[in-house]
Amino acid sequence: MKRLLLALALISAPLLANSPLPSAPYAYVQLEDPSKEAEAQALMQSIRCLQCQGQSIHDSDAQIAGDLRNQIRLRIKAGEKPEAIRAWLIERYGDYVSYAPRINSLTWPLFAAPVLLLGFAFFMLRRRFAKGDA
Amino acid sequence: MIATLGLAALWLAAALAMLQLVGGALALRANGNPLVAALRPVAMIQGMLASLAMLCLIVLFCQTDLSVALVATNSHSAKPLLYKFAGSWGNHEGSMLLWVAVMAAAGGVVAWVERRLPERTILATLGAQAFVSLGFYAFLLFASNPFTRLDPAAPEGQGLNPLLQDPGLAFHPPTLYIGYVGLSVAFSFAVGALLTREVSPTFARAMRPWVLGAWIFLTLGILFGSYWAYYELGWGGWWFWDPVENASLMPWLAATALLHSVSVLAARNALRAWTVMLGVVAFSMSMVGTFLVRSGILVSVHAFAVDPTRGQFILALLAINIGAALAVFGLRAASVTEGERFALTSREGALVFNNVMLTGALGIVLIGTLYPLIAETVGARVSVGPPYFNPATAIFVLPMLVVMAFGPLLRWRRDSMKRISPLLLVPATLALCGLAFGIWRGIGVLPLLGLALACGLVVASVMPLWGRKLRTVKLPLWGMVTAHLGVALALGGMASDSAFTKEKLVAARPGETIVVGPWSLQFAKVQPIAGPNWTAIEATLEAGYDGGKPITLKPQARAFWSPPQGTNESALATRWNGQLYAVLGEQAEDGRWQLRLWWKPFITLIWLGGMLVALGGLLALFGRVASDLRRLIAVDKIAYRRRRQGP
Amino acid sequence: MSEQKPSVPSRWALWLPLVLFGAFVALVLYGLQRPAEREVRSAMIGKPLPQFVLRAAVDDRPGLSFADMADGKPKLLNIFASWCIPCAVEAPQLAQLRAQGIDVVGVAIRDKPDDLKAFLQRHGNPFSRIGADDVSAIQFAVGSSGVPESFVIDGKGTIRYQHIGEIRADQVEMIVQKVREAGQ
Repeated sequence: MKRLLLALALISAPLLANSPLPSAPYAYVQLEDPSKEAEAQALMQSIRCLQCQGQSIHDSDAQIAGDLRNQIRLRIKAGEKPEAIRAWLIERYGDYVSYAPRINSLTWPLFAAPVLLLGFAFFMLRRRFAKGDA
Repeated sequence: MIATLGLAALWLAAALAMLQLVGGALALRANGNPLVAALRPVAMIQGMLASLAMLCLIVLFCQTDLSVALVATNSHSAKPLLYKFAGSWGNHEGSMLLWVAVMAAAGGVVAWVERRLPERTILATLGAQAFVSLGFYAFLLFASNPFTRLDPAAPEGQGLNPLLQDPGLAFHPPTLYIGYVGLSVAFSFAVGALLTREVSPTFARAMRPWVLGAWIFLTLGILFGSYWAYYELGWGGWWFWDPVENASLMPWLAATALLHSVSVLAARNALRAWTVMLGVVAFSMSMVGTFLVRSGILVSVHAFAVDPTRGQFILALLAINIGAALAVFGLRAASVTEGERFALTSREGALVFNNVMLTGALGIVLIGTLYPLIAETVGARVSVGPPYFNPATAIFVLPMLVVMAFGPLLRWRRDSMKRISPLLLVPATLALCGLAFGIWRGIGVLPLLGLALACGLVVASVMPLWGRKLRTVKLPLWGMVTAHLGVALALGGMASDSAFTKEKLVAARPGETIVVGPWSLQFAKVQPIAGPNWTAIEATLEAGYDGGKPITLKPQARAFWSPPQGTNESALATRWNGQLYAVLGEQAEDGRWQLRLWWKPFITLIWLGGMLVALGGLLALFGRVASDLRRLIAVDKIAYRRRRQGP
Repeated sequence: MSEQKPSVPSRWALWLPLVLFGAFVALVLYGLQRPAEREVRSAMIGKPLPQFVLRAAVDDRPGLSFADMADGKPKLLNIFASWCIPCAVEAPQLAQLRAQGIDVVGVAIRDKPDDLKAFLQRHGNPFSRIGADDVSAIQFAVGSSGVPESFVIDGKGTIRYQHIGEIRADQVEMIVQKVREAGQ
């Protein structure tokens, strides 16, 4: 049931409207250089598909996702760094497009959470065991 | 006729639940009330009636009775019987009825068999169970009646979503629901124990089978779901940290923690307040998960939540049930002492570490899942995905797994690392070998740590059997060893998939040969075929591993007509050392076909390990229930003899 | 035996779960109230268009480049396609805008020349220029996530407004207003 929701997005998107043109050159084709392809993969897995919003462009059959994969592979091929491409996309679509939240005034609690949780656990445990060993 | 019967059974069950709640409340005040004496039979009959209602709905779906609105909107006469059957819970109303039915049946079983606890505690537990059920009965009867009639009957049904027409998915939702509902029994036990101040090892032993059972179902539910996503979505991914997935993971994390703390309480009368707390939290997470999925508050696509009032209704139930339980906790927990003391280096100490880390991971998943919503309160939109969840949960899970390697070897109360360190020599060596291998292959940090840990854990997890006569080892210990071994294997599978997967995306013509990893695939042909309610284009690939005898793979692109939709059916070839995964894509203008191929070494270990985890739970459950039954029968015999000897 | 000293967790810690749960309920209550926004809005409003050059999509209209957009006059940039049904729905509104003197330029996404020609014949051609974009590049450049979308661009080539989805009849005046504002 769970993944169904996402799958619906994936499936229904092409039904909305379908371009007759074949997919873009690098939508379904890997880069020749395996290390660059790995870079592109990692980036594509963390970019949200704009049409079927529950999935990354790496996992989507929507045409716009294919076009964005094409764009990303071309840019990586041309030597651009993945983080520069991510920044370029965030500049256009906002933070929502990236599954990797940046650390800023809005998201710091997200990154403080592991530290706070560990600290809290440590505090509770110390009280517990300090007494127990006494 | 059947619909009327089902509705009547549902109303009657709801009325009995009301009676059960009143009786439970009275039991807290005074004994001797006739209603209190009738509480157990009431709970049992309520369980039967609710199950009857569910049975009626299943019959309606199997017969495709189109005079029932729910059947007409979710089924179709041309659908295979299996999916008609599964269709009865593949929708909002049906799944809620299933929830209530399982919950009432579980309450009936508690009323029937549970006799160890003080009677007041049991009655309070049944009252708490009725309190939770009543909300769901109200929800069903007033806001989502599954038996609403259509007059005149529809000429034909609208069909079930084709993606649901899959054996794996047909049983994924009910499995999860049974897990959720099992946790509701643990929740009721916790509330009953708090209300009557009876938190004791006996309470833990009464609660444990329910926690174990729920946990087994949750484990299986998550496994089904992830395997379904893996082969049905056609991209080779099996976990996406999507809000709906997280909604099923959170109760599992809480239940896993509860499972371990309940053992401490049962064996050592320690962690008393904490265990009660976890009992409440585990069910809270089930309801939070259900709410997140049904309300559509986080998911981008509304498949369920066409009606926003449903989200509000579930939220109201959630607030009342969990809020009340947590208030009782705040009031009463102060009188629950922490129980027996123990040293940091002890079995209890290791289990406390397990609990803290699992709770931490749960906290991370919850915060990460809700963060987009938190950001929206200040008008910003953010996404939180794998780049956050993977490392943030690893901070908690990886240290926990290190402790899992030696925790089961420690003695209760107090122990020393020196005593057990010789036993850890082999696992530590293996872990270092794994580490060295990973570094040599140049894999990422998280897969590297996962691989090293998995290598060590495979041996460490069976170490508790060291030096024991295997024939005398009790089932629960076998269960623990099996489950821990499963965790090790699953971890290894995850690490291997993310580190060693080979991908090949090609456009090819029939006749061409494609190489991916050690496989060589001969693209034989493409042809149209027809299924019961779909047509498809099917590719035939002859896949040979390392020059061996070829296996035929037939990935399909299917088109369904009721409702009109397409799906990609991937084809998988499973070998002992991994899976080959093939998907047929679109055809290009020049006549070549898109093929997506993956060789995923050892990925099957994820699900194999997961199945072992569930099997371990099952072994433990059998062991516990068998010894409980023996005790029960012995007690009955003594009581019988006493009666015979009486005046 | 260790002595059985009853260790009671501090009182505030016992109420902490309820407090956290209250915060959760408040959060999701807020979430349920808020209007569900499904579209991804462009973050490029107020920023200049990037450099681009698109070839002509049909014979009788020139292609489109950044220089054409920054010629001193405000324009409506319409991103459309012949295979997109809402695009056909909004065609009369585009014609109306054209009639009111708005310069409408188009970008045809992933289109075949013949399909496009037929589409323009059937639904009218309000565009002064039509660029062809076969890989959605212009969409990524301006932060658009679907078709149809329309952008109001001022004379310097700065993006002033984004309209997601088809322009409905009752929205024509609003669009005219936006373009006039961009011209001041």
